Amino acid sequence: MKQEYTITVYTENQIGLLNRIAIIFSRRKINVESLNTSPSEIEGIHRFTIVINEVEDVVKKLARQIEKQVEVLKAYYNTNEQIIWQELALYKVPTDVIAEKVKVERLLREHGARAVVIRKDYTVFEATGQREETDKLVEVLEPYGLIEFVRSARVAIIKDSHGFHEKIKEFEREKPGAEVIENEYLDKQAEVFSM
Amino acid sequence: MNTLEIAPEKIALPKKPATRPVSGSVAVLEAFLAEGVETIFGYPGGAIMPIYDALYDYQEKLKHILVRHEQGAIHAAQGFARSSGKVGVVFATSGPGATNLVTGLADAQIDSTPLVCITGQVYAHLLGTDAFQETDVINITTPVTKWNYQVTDATEIPAVLAKAFYIAKSGRPGPVLIDITKNAQLQQFEYEGYTPCDHIRSYRPKPIVRKEYVAQAAALINEAKKPFVLFGQGVILGKAEKEFKAFLEKSGIPAAWTILGLSALPSDHPLNVGMLGMHGNYGPNVLTNECDVLIAVGMRFDDRVTGRLDKYAKQAKVIHLDIDPCEIDKNVKTTVGIWGDCKETLPLLTELVNAKTHPEWLQKFRDYQEQENQAVINKELRPGSTEMTMGEVINVLNEITGGDAIIVTDVGQHQMVACRYAKFNESRSNITSGGLGTMGFALPAAIGAKFGAEKRTVVAIIGDGGFQMTLQELGTIMQSGIDVKIIILNNHFLGMVRQWQQLFHDKRYSFVDIASPDFVMLAKAYGIDGMHVSDRQDLREALTTMLLHPASYLLEVKVGKENNVFPMVPQGCSVSEIRLS
Repeated sequence: MKQEYTITVYTENQIGLLNRIAIIFSRRKINVESLNTSPSEIEGIHRFTIVINEVEDVVKKLARQIEKQVEVLKAYYNTNEQIIWQELALYKVPTDVIAEKVKVERLLREHGARAVVIRKDYTVFEATGQREETDKLVEVLEPYGLIEFVRSARVAIIKDSHGFHEKIKEFEREKPGAEVIENEYLDKQAEVFSM
Repeated sequence: MNTLEIAPEKIALPKKPATRPVSGSVAVLEAFLAEGVETIFGYPGGAIMPIYDALYDYQEKLKHILVRHEQGAIHAAQGFARSSGKVGVVFATSGPGATNLVTGLADAQIDSTPLVCITGQVYAHLLGTDAFQETDVINITTPVTKWNYQVTDATEIPAVLAKAFYIAKSGRPGPVLIDITKNAQLQQFEYEGYTPCDHIRSYRPKPIVRKEYVAQAAALINEAKKPFVLFGQGVILGKAEKEFKAFLEKSGIPAAWTILGLSALPSDHPLNVGMLGMHGNYGPNVLTNECDVLIAVGMRFDDRVTGRLDKYAKQAKVIHLDIDPCEIDKNVKTTVGIWGDCKETLPLLTELVNAKTHPEWLQKFRDYQEQENQAVINKELRPGSTEMTMGEVINVLNEITGGDAIIVTDVGQHQMVACRYAKFNESRSNITSGGLGTMGFALPAAIGAKFGAEKRTVVAIIGDGGFQMTLQELGTIMQSGIDVKIIILNNHFLGMVRQWQQLFHDKRYSFVDIASPDFVMLAKAYGIDGMHVSDRQDLREALTTMLLHPASYLLEVKVGKENNVFPMVPQGCSVSEIRLS
């Protein structure tokens, strides 16, 4: 079944790597819902956060293809349940409407939005949350003359992850770690020898 | 006395490496020498002129082969890499020079051929200005290279080239392209010498082998009644032919090859049961769907090998040995995947498997072979008709060479026939464009193959269509004086397409009737001797003449116009639905 997966990629900082990663999706005609690049917990190592809608089998192969790129250290994929994630949205609304209608301010507060800029002609609000929450606020603001709306890519923290500090050591020359190819039959001898 | 007052000359300071000023271009050539490069295939042009200028002083140490088209250069480098096991090296200029490499890069990428291609690029300050002969080579070639990088500063060159060679040849090999702007080629810098690269933090070419997986694979093999080995180019790329043979001989398992794995195991080896795939042998295809344990070694379950995937070896437990983790579970779900270099994993597996023979199971392959002999092979190799067949040409060639030649094929019917019937004693003897199916590959690849293995006889077998795609490389043969034997199997058709039109498009022969020049006259124009053969009785003598000729030779053989290649697994069918006619 297709569902949202968040792919987290730890990489070296290299020009052209974004393209190398992006074409892994476009080659297979897979739409990237959201893509964010940022620093990671380790200096000099970048972290890509990519959201796609796919079945797990495909996502697993994509993660391996990404990891195969020379400058990629590691790619993880997770379902929404396995991560803490947020997106940031900005809303531009005419200031006079806000000023006139007290209700609007209440609505904004209810949705956790806060004003970033207040000018005579417009006010910019910011809200952080998950997709449904920031979408909901668009709906709420539309009747009040929403001028502009923009939302950032998703950023996500993997619940189970212990960070990359330990992992990175496995990539150094001195202490290479053994990677695992998943083997669903390992430790299930009975199933393997069923001939 | 103040103990700190030590004479300065007595303090052991870390020695600064001796440097000397060199240009970026010289640094490129020095890197080549340090990497053991001897032969470069290339074509000069504006943006790579500084490198060619430096090359003028390196002619004693580096052999440069001037091709007639950059596609010829890269296919030659592929042929070189495939016959020698070394990295093929290419020079091309910016713009059209670089874009002409794209087909070869894609071919090398899909067939895992180690290449380092150097392209010239416009001055760094002109990047993005639509300068003369500027193209965005890095972005054009990203999908078809294992790695690529643009150098804009000469000081980067030694380290970048060291990385390029390391990436190209390690792990699953592949093509690397380094784009060097003209200013970087010209720039003088303090050169500290060349240090080869053997580690990149984010790159793991060779995993640590997990022995528990090997043990589990061995247990599966030891339980098996009808085990079957499929092998691909991984055996050759891993230089593991011996280890592979030892594994087969101990376990007694019949083995079939992909066309890129061909020649890794001698043709006459008793456990070699033949070719897999669309035009492969009858037994290996049918019995894929009957074996109980399928052991894939260094192959990638290409669709031309598997046919319909949902009906492929569903009854079997699958063991897959590969150095590229992306290949494991990509097309065929494995029971046990062994990620690693087969040079390492095969001996571990051999140690754990029981010494066995499988006479009854092997006999099944022989029985199918007999059926195939009667239905297809006998009349292909010894036809009664007046028209010559491609198969009989290969058969006579085998008899004369004894299987010692390197055979380079193009793409199409002749390729399938050559792979089916050519005999090989030695590894690295079958060179063909497998994954990409690049027509025009054979002639330049044969030139490169000869440079890569100068003591061996190199025979290019090419169709009349494919030959006309890169025939300008006859000029390269003429100028370099290299000795390549060329056989054109001329059926006056784009034969494979015609065959499909016949079988699947109701004989609607749409644009497959191809006219050709007089190939022998054409070769003569390039100073290459040649001969036409259209009578069976002249074939053996003509082939002998060709092979004994002290220089390059072109032999055009007229073969039946509408012969088909069989057996055949029609597209979309299961391997067990293979047709004999």
